[in-house]
Amino acid sequence: MKQKNKKVNYSKWGYIFILPFFLTFFIFSFIPLVDTIRYSFFQYFRSGLKWIGPNFVGLENYKSLLQSDMLRYAGNTFILWIIGFVPQIVISLLLASWFVDARLKIKGQQFFKVVIYMPNLIMASAFAMLFFALFSLKGPINSILISWGVITETTPIDFMGTALGTRSLVGVMNFLMWFGNTTIMLMAAIMGISPDIFEASEIDGCNSFQRFFRITLPLIRPILAYTLITSIIGGLQMFDVPQILTNGAGSPNRTSYTLIMFLNDHLKSKNYGMAGALSVYLFVVSGILCYITYKITNDDDPDGSKAAARKRKKMERRMK
Amino acid sequence: MESKGYNRFRVIFAHVLLIILSFLCLFFFYILIVNATRPHAEIQKGFSILPGGYLVTNFKNMISDGTYPIVSGVINSIIVAGCSAALCTYFSALTAYGLYAYDFKLKKVAFTFIMAILVMPTQVTAMGFLRLITKMNMDDTLFPLIIPSIASPAVFYFMYSYLQSSLPLSLVEAARIDGSREFRTFNQIVLPIMKPAMAVQAIFTFVGSWNNYFVPALVLETKSKMTVPVIIALLRGADYMNRDMGKMYMMIATAILPIIVVYLFLSKYIIAGVALGGVKG
Repeated sequence: MKQKNKKVNYSKWGYIFILPFFLTFFIFSFIPLVDTIRYSFFQYFRSGLKWIGPNFVGLENYKSLLQSDMLRYAGNTFILWIIGFVPQIVISLLLASWFVDARLKIKGQQFFKVVIYMPNLIMASAFAMLFFALFSLKGPINSILISWGVITETTPIDFMGTALGTRSLVGVMNFLMWFGNTTIMLMAAIMGISPDIFEASEIDGCNSFQRFFRITLPLIRPILAYTLITSIIGGLQMFDVPQILTNGAGSPNRTSYTLIMFLNDHLKSKNYGMAGALSVYLFVVSGILCYITYKITNDDDPDGSKAAARKRKKMERRMK
Repeated sequence: MESKGYNRFRVIFAHVLLIILSFLCLFFFYILIVNATRPHAEIQKGFSILPGGYLVTNFKNMISDGTYPIVSGVINSIIVAGCSAALCTYFSALTAYGLYAYDFKLKKVAFTFIMAILVMPTQVTAMGFLRLITKMNMDDTLFPLIIPSIASPAVFYFMYSYLQSSLPLSLVEAARIDGSREFRTFNQIVLPIMKPAMAVQAIFTFVGSWNNYFVPALVLETKSKMTVPVIIALLRGADYMNRDMGKMYMMIATAILPIIVVYLFLSKYIIAGVALGGVKG
């Protein structure tokens, strides 16, 4: 573009450099995706050692999934996600605004940051196994509670025996694993706000509540939206923690059985038709979420000023 | 303006909450470490604040355990995570450079495409993926866990943002005038500039791959080929609790602690990397 008369053309190198990425994507993601969609329209499963199908059945798999407990599992996934997400976003916002608040002078900031981010790096399956051991009937948590006299030795708390208990444990684990990450991201966003705005608000007599709700929150809205959407996508994929904690059963009574655990069971039992249809449902939902994320990350008009300018121009033209 | 007393209250409140949260984050790992140093019988009796003297025995029991081959698990995990991190960072940097430094017809399409699949979950293609690798005779091997990491949209995006902020195209131009070929320019001029970004992403990819459970659990069947998370899941399935809890805690510690130790050394860079990932380029 810049030097048209120069005859050396480098564009082929662009293609060569991006080829490995796209080739890998094509083989290991695109072909599997097409295959998944294709078999979602077939009856195709293993029964004992015999394979049934593939027989074309149209939308039969999709229908029987809707009649199965899929929507209930979707509800479970949502509940498990929200239990972890609400405290996560509240605490993260609070911590992030504290960390950047010069008037608070948090001592040992670096130490706190290192500690709260640490759980994010932990193997979710090992973390779940650890929680399973800690919160079991004879586990350390019960023995601590007994030694404090909160409960007696004959009536230990069966944390994983109730729906609320199991769900709370999953929520606590997700909260612990993600609040540090969110805090650091939000902190970076708040630090990106021009200090002039904060100074001006201070001079105008703004208190810390007003500053938080009227300045900080509106200005970090794009990154908050990004956090929300990526967290929903992460929640949709929730698997390791409930799978290991409940040994794949989502017990009690499948109240913590998630969509991906459902998919995993279909894959393990080699029911390819059903697994395909379930994957397509998940694909559609995550496709919508991907689109929203794309819109947020590639937003060239985050404060709406360009849209407003366009609107005004239109109005002016009409006036003429 | 706010009164001094109110600010003082806020300072105390902030510190108390931070200490509680930090305690929560550390407490579970403390119990893990303590119990990994105690024998089974003692753990069953109850909890103790102080570590026991059984660390070495538990460790020896763990590595000699034939049913749950944690040693080969750790080796497999290191191979998978190490290769993934190397392939992922190199090819993401290559792709980012290809889209950043060259003008070609499909440039915009390619970029938009990668951005569109940025957060696509891998689970939705898992079924086709399993069938594909079975057809390619790669089931129950480590390859399907390594090779797909060449195409990592999120890492690509990080590299691309980094290039935008730190590689002037005039440098590439100058290298060309000096007679450097395109690949050499990338390997000897661009890569050194991208070192900080590659280091951060290598760490994240390594950790992500080390911790990955869903796909390895579906792909790997032979015990000697399993990675650490799959072996940990086996423990849960076998209700291992009632056999040797000291050894079980030791295995969990083996899965978690190496990453934590590395993290403590590199925490400064890792946290800076997380913050960078949050700020849009």
